[in-house]
Amino acid sequence: MNLFEYQGKELYKKFSIPTPKSTFIKSQSEFPSNHGLSFPLVVKAQVQVGGRGKAGGIKVASNDIELDQFIDDILGMDIKGHIVESLLIEEASEIINEYYISFTLDRSEKKYLMMLSSKGGMDIEEVAENSPNDLIKHYISPAVGLIESDVVTAITNAKLDSEYKDQLLDIISKLYNLFVDNDCDLVEVNPLAITSNGVSALDSKVSLDMNAEYRHEEFQEFEKDIPIPDSEKFAKSKGLNFIKLDGSVGIIGNGAGLVMSTLDVVVEHGGKAANFLDIGGGAKAETVTAALEVLETEDDVKSVLINIFGGITRCDLVAKGIVEATSDKELKWPITVRLDGTNSKEGLEILEKNKNKNITISGSMDEAARIAVKGGQ
Amino acid sequence: MSILINEDTKVVVQGLTGEQGKFHALRNRDYGTKIVAGTRPGKGGEKVEGIPIFNTVKDAVEETGANTALTFVPPAFAMDAVLEAGDAGCDLIVCITEGIPAKDEAKMYDLLKINTNTKLLGPNCPGLISPGKSNVGIMPHEITQEGNVGVVSRSGTLTYQAVHELTRINIGQSTCIGIGGDPVPGMSFIDVLERFQLDSQTEAIVMIGEIGGSAEEEAAEYIKKHVSKPVVSYIAGVTAPPGKKMGHAGAIVSGNKGTASAKIEALTKAGVNVVKNPTKIGQAIKDII
Repeated sequence: MNLFEYQGKELYKKFSIPTPKSTFIKSQSEFPSNHGLSFPLVVKAQVQVGGRGKAGGIKVASNDIELDQFIDDILGMDIKGHIVESLLIEEASEIINEYYISFTLDRSEKKYLMMLSSKGGMDIEEVAENSPNDLIKHYISPAVGLIESDVVTAITNAKLDSEYKDQLLDIISKLYNLFVDNDCDLVEVNPLAITSNGVSALDSKVSLDMNAEYRHEEFQEFEKDIPIPDSEKFAKSKGLNFIKLDGSVGIIGNGAGLVMSTLDVVVEHGGKAANFLDIGGGAKAETVTAALEVLETEDDVKSVLINIFGGITRCDLVAKGIVEATSDKELKWPITVRLDGTNSKEGLEILEKNKNKNITISGSMDEAARIAVKGGQ
Repeated sequence: MSILINEDTKVVVQGLTGEQGKFHALRNRDYGTKIVAGTRPGKGGEKVEGIPIFNTVKDAVEETGANTALTFVPPAFAMDAVLEAGDAGCDLIVCITEGIPAKDEAKMYDLLKINTNTKLLGPNCPGLISPGKSNVGIMPHEITQEGNVGVVSRSGTLTYQAVHELTRINIGQSTCIGIGGDPVPGMSFIDVLERFQLDSQTEAIVMIGEIGGSAEEEAAEYIKKHVSKPVVSYIAGVTAPPGKKMGHAGAIVSGNKGTASAKIEALTKAGVNVVKNPTKIGQAIKDII
């Protein structure tokens, strides 16, 4: 889950990572008159999309009149389809140098990766492309952790200002602690700036590993403030993995790979999926019922394809769920069902015996996709 | 021959007393797999359908000679369970558990590598089956058939789909392996491809990938250099929009990285026949052998 800049900076503060003094507002009236911030102030749109500066989402105000004007201008602004609903207003820093630092997990190396560059403040992918020598990569063994002498070497190799070595070392180890202790998929600071007041994290990009939600209470707090479609919220509360897409064939399947593949096969047959919905492994009847409920809230769905290959999931339970959700009911759309794998024989029997007239059973994934696409036309 | 498991594999099930663990362990035993023990701290001395339960994996290994661990332990305890099985000297750990935090996965992979010779399959994987010999995991054995095609996949249910397409036209499998769709899987495509290449029973290979990461590209490089057996591949997620995590923690297209087209191109260049639809896998293998 990607956090907003202000949320990331809340975490920074928790880990004593220096950031500019700031206040967060959702409306003009929320901005306190006794804010205690000194001009110039930077007004920053809180949106989860790159390029907000170029789009006019970041402005520097040197007095109250400008500040009011910019708050008014930027709140409600549409930045690449993202409406600005909140602002971070922070003291402008006198920047001497802009650096880049990030911590991620490198999947090929199966290690943590620290990237450090003296070319901060710009698109780091461009730096990697145009001057790869300016991007220092250091792999960290997850079992061993970050070693101080390695960080010193990386600071030297990245040609960061040695005068600030101790401060950099301190902030880098704090960022690493945040990355590990807080189960982040990504911690990126661009720019990490040398300012007249010392080293400071001027921006924040933090992504959380939601598999670790159970051991971090604050993940839920952050999640509440991140806008996601209602249908995705509802699906999540039912333990389903749902992503809204822009087609008209509603998809329910088990296992991410099979569902992804189902989307592809639907496209091959001339249709387009309305969603990705994975009921996960070991789904019960009520999971399937909930999945159908989620699709019912979606207006774009014209036809539904249920594609199940049982392993840990049992087809008899899936069939029970379908029957519970559909028998004695006027269906909004035709449903095509394909069941294979664990207990599929029992599942198909249950389904045949109690089948809604709008349900078609198909023996193969390919055929089921074809029928579902046709049914939605 | 098969790879990683065979008729002599002795399995200790971590989490045998749980619902999923019990269902699948008994199913595996019915298939002929030697399920010799289960573990559950505090329940040592009890039995589940005749299978003795031990407090620790170490006890189970000493008493029964188990050499493979099958893990159904919930995410919060999975890392400790896997490390325990490694310390107890298991040759192979098959971790079915879904939803383990990435940091735990990275750490347990690293610790196993540093401290043991144990191989880890998964987590978040369906396990593996050598048809006619042994089933260690949650794959429905009914869809398999003993034969000469090795199957390896990042996705569980898509593995079943591929196996089903083979069996349907009477093409059997040597071993079917799901390596899991998480960011830090234990065994990689390459680890499995290497073993299929050496395995005398395996004549052709099916490799199923998906969007995200670069495991398929790395596998393509490896195939080009080291695999002489024919490989058929399928990549899921061709139509997935960028920036959306498609269920698997690993399945995400970010920027221009991890796209299906990059993977398909790399595999095609390595001489792999990449089919566009999983239902075409069977026919593609048939055309080769």
